[in-house]
Amino acid sequence: MKNKENWFLAFVGLTIGVLAVYLVTKGNPANMGFCIACFLRDMAGGLGFHRADVVQYVRPEILGLSIGAFGAAFLGKEFKARGGSSVMVRFLMGVFMMIGALVFLGCPLRDMIRIGGGDLNAVVGLAGFIVGILWGIFFLKRGFDLGAARPETNSQAGGYVYIVVILGLLGLLVAGFSINPKAGGPLFFSTSGPGSMHAPILIALGAGLVVGFLAQKARLCLSGGFRDFFLVGAKGMLLAYGGILVAVFVLNLALGKFNLGFADQPIAHTNHIFNFLGLFLVGQAAVLLGGCPLRQLVLSSEGDMDAAVAVLGMVAGAAISHNFLMASSGAGTTTYGEIGVLAGIVILSLLGWLYREVEA
Amino acid sequence: MDTIDVRGLSCPIPVLKTQKALAKSSGELEVIGSGNVSKENVTKFALSQGCQVNFSTENPDEWTMQITKPK
Repeated sequence: MKNKENWFLAFVGLTIGVLAVYLVTKGNPANMGFCIACFLRDMAGGLGFHRADVVQYVRPEILGLSIGAFGAAFLGKEFKARGGSSVMVRFLMGVFMMIGALVFLGCPLRDMIRIGGGDLNAVVGLAGFIVGILWGIFFLKRGFDLGAARPETNSQAGGYVYIVVILGLLGLLVAGFSINPKAGGPLFFSTSGPGSMHAPILIALGAGLVVGFLAQKARLCLSGGFRDFFLVGAKGMLLAYGGILVAVFVLNLALGKFNLGFADQPIAHTNHIFNFLGLFLVGQAAVLLGGCPLRQLVLSSEGDMDAAVAVLGMVAGAAISHNFLMASSGAGTTTYGEIGVLAGIVILSLLGWLYREVEA
Repeated sequence: MDTIDVRGLSCPIPVLKTQKALAKSSGELEVIGSGNVSKENVTKFALSQGCQVNFSTENPDEWTMQITKPK
């Protein structure tokens, strides 16, 4: 059984890696076949929550991922409406998780994809991510706990809200109707920049469906694997990371897209300190929230309303990042972004300390 | 026998609580939890410690597990 599970995890990793490179060949921005943070940011823009007109699109990958995870949970009888664990704190942690990701320019999944493309800045990011996870574990070991979520007893309705919103967005995207043709809306679409670069809807949606289904089955979490390795020596999830890296690396090499180095990497900058600290903050937030950005999407689709609030926090964090000029670009980080990351690390550390369970 | 309740807790707190309680317990520990993910994780952890695992109730929403430490 143990072996079968490990093979499955490696298979899931390889599949995600292959689809990530495939999506780039079909039109996604380079080294951005999947990026939960970038895509949620694009969606925040697509909904008009921020005004950065180069990053506005309702990403079908996110919609597909959620629907796929919902399908897997539903078929596996794992859908369960639950919630009520320090909801506002989770929202805030979602905000800072996004601020960290947008200073680095990617979630942990894109970090792996960037490494597979030869982007050495992402190796610096990975180091920050792992140290951030260790910093999160420091609080876990001291009894950090946001409290128990409760199952909904009267109705399962709350658990379906997330997936219904996702289906609604898919409807709007496919229907393509506009209330205000001049100014745009309800959805907004970039005409240039990363937001304008995307694979066709059906391909992106299909890739998302597959990844969501597999991620739910595998309990894939980009922070959980490192966390459990450090906590209890579990190595299984690391195979999934290996799978992603190998698939992306080999395919990029075969397609002549592998480009080793720090300089001139697509949608990346070379500020080592804030590549490190940006993903440090993401790692810390992911451990305190119980999962990385991808895992939060999957949990939301399973009826976990606390995770759905963390996702809303990430969407709000994306809007805040752009409205406060905190998000980095290829040109580098901004002072506001650097302040945001440092503030995030301090605030999350304070919360980590405040929410420790005092021994009876 | 000591009992701990890990229902509704985020990953990986159920495993950490089990680890802590097992270290203190005399030989048997009862864990009440919810959801498949924490069930799998607590089971995996207990087995990795050489413990025996039995379920007195086991359904997707709630489970009760008895963990027996190796002699």
